Amino acid sequence: MIYREAGQYKTTYLNDSQIFPIAQDRVAVALLLVVAFVAIPLFATPYIFSGILIPFLILALATLGLNILTGYAGQISLGTAAFMAVGAFASYNFMLRVPGMPVLLAFVLGGICAALVGILFGLPSLRIRGFYLAASTLATQFFVVWCLTKVPWFTNNSSSGVITAQQVEILGFKFETPQQKYLLVLAVVAVMALLAKNMVRSTVGRSWMAVRDMDVAAEVIGFRIMKSKLTAFAVSSFYCGVAGALYAFCYLGTVEPEAYNLDLSFRILFMVIIGGLGSILGSFLGAGFIVLLPIFLSVVVHYTGLPNSVTSNLELMVFGALIIFFLIVEPHGLARLWQIGKEKLRLWPFPH
Amino acid sequence: MEIFLRFLEVLISGLLSGVMYSLVALGFVLIYKASGVFNFAQGAMVFFAALTTVGVTEKFGVPLWVAIPIAIVIMALLGLAIEKFVLRPLVNQPDITLFMATIGLTFFIEGLAQLVWGSTVRPLELGIPDVPIEWLLDKAGMFISFFDLVAAGICAVLVTALVLLFNKTKIGRALRAVADDHQAALSVGIPLHHVWGIVWAVAGFIALVAGLLWGSRNGVQFALTFVALKALPVLILGGFTSVPGAIVGGLIIGATEKLAEVYIGPLVGGGIEGWFPYVLALLFLLVRPEGLFGEKIIRRI
Repeated sequence: MIYREAGQYKTTYLNDSQIFPIAQDRVAVALLLVVAFVAIPLFATPYIFSGILIPFLILALATLGLNILTGYAGQISLGTAAFMAVGAFASYNFMLRVPGMPVLLAFVLGGICAALVGILFGLPSLRIRGFYLAASTLATQFFVVWCLTKVPWFTNNSSSGVITAQQVEILGFKFETPQQKYLLVLAVVAVMALLAKNMVRSTVGRSWMAVRDMDVAAEVIGFRIMKSKLTAFAVSSFYCGVAGALYAFCYLGTVEPEAYNLDLSFRILFMVIIGGLGSILGSFLGAGFIVLLPIFLSVVVHYTGLPNSVTSNLELMVFGALIIFFLIVEPHGLARLWQIGKEKLRLWPFPH
Repeated sequence: MEIFLRFLEVLISGLLSGVMYSLVALGFVLIYKASGVFNFAQGAMVFFAALTTVGVTEKFGVPLWVAIPIAIVIMALLGLAIEKFVLRPLVNQPDITLFMATIGLTFFIEGLAQLVWGSTVRPLELGIPDVPIEWLLDKAGMFISFFDLVAAGICAVLVTALVLLFNKTKIGRALRAVADDHQAALSVGIPLHHVWGIVWAVAGFIALVAGLLWGSRNGVQFALTFVALKALPVLILGGFTSVPGAIVGGLIIGATEKLAEVYIGPLVGGGIEGWFPYVLALLFLLVRPEGLFGEKIIRRI
């Protein structure tokens, strides 16, 4: 009753090809943006900004990047954190070495560097498939982190290998408090999510999906496999690179290459799977789930009053068990649950 | 001569450490072959097995030869439990879902192991001395550890046993049938779940052997879980589905890794053993996308 397409006629091609064809969706998205941009900054505390919302948004952006590669183009990657590291360190170096570099341009250039690295390490995907590819993307992960640690130029000869990200300043406005940083991250993420949503329903997005579903068949009907796969790697790495730069500039502040380790890659892959493969909305839901779950668990376990050594292991166990449980109950992710919910709402409250 | 001997020493010690990688890779291959699951939890199982053995000797004060059978039983039970509670509900899901489930399993096993047995680093004494063989040291001046040789011997015995199990027994025939085609195997009356249970139990046993050897070499500690990452390049080099591939891949990776460490490492600042095997395996895959002995992938539209 509340959510239904019936009666929403599309009379022009322009109407037919809009992003959110259903009025309720448009209202919901607009409401969500208003809440995110206006309501949350008015009420949230600094802890909520820097402890939950900023990491959530940044990781959601990285998840979106990996989702483009894994969910839409079907190439499994375990090297997401490496692309984030490239983005972060490239942005840092652009800011450091080019006087008067605008920070947003540095983020974009960082993303482009990550995209170039992504294309380079995406080349094997033309030959290798499935788990062989997944295991080989670990090469990216280890090689990039090693490179950033070993070559002092990347960290500006810092003896400990730790860099301190520069002050974020746009047109003379300094982003200092968590609230301001949150708004910056939110704006970047919103724009890039919109771009992604449009990209996946364009020619290039459709070619990714064709390659994912069966690359030989896609080739036969005339898609250029090489172009599709490499653009997927490039776009995905670009997103991850920008996310990595935001991670350094707006979240951590001081970063070492080890912050972008294999664990982070796995966490982002979890977000993609739990959120739902091949879904923009799913990327956000998955990121929210994986960011909130450990916080929630540590609060719950804290109240049991067990010693610290027990609780940390218990947390690990519950986290693992919950992930398995979740995969068993809903292997298509949270986005699928949302779909089911919408189907139900279509008939509710008169299901017959 | 001196240079050649040095080369030989590095090569041999590399080959022998490669055997240790193969041991971990074997567990992966076994499970992948029979159930198509890329079991990332193998490293955690290695850790769990070693910790269980040490924990049992500590808690109950029993000697090692009593603790090992107990650990074998526990590992077999763990394998059966994983099959029943994780894989069976996930039958017919896409590969990546199963892979993520095994990563979840990794967290679970790591937490469980440390919860039950504590997280301190502990030594494990198997009674095999980790000293250079004197005869070789005298004659040729080469450091080859006796421990490595014994480990290689154990690995050889294990592989022979596995090959016999696969080729000469009824269970082995069922395993090969399931590996070839799940549905066809089911239709001729092979109990799929029993077979998978057996495979996971055997993989648990292999994890125990690997855990004992690695644990007595490096101490039983959390870092044992990272041996899984050492085994992955071995797998992609040798092919996911091939037992000989795991062995040959392990030898190649072990040897080239040590050689690269000694001859290339100093030129670029060291620490290359983390990524060198991966890059090597990756370059190799560009030539043969299914690994050295992997089944050729034929795809139809």
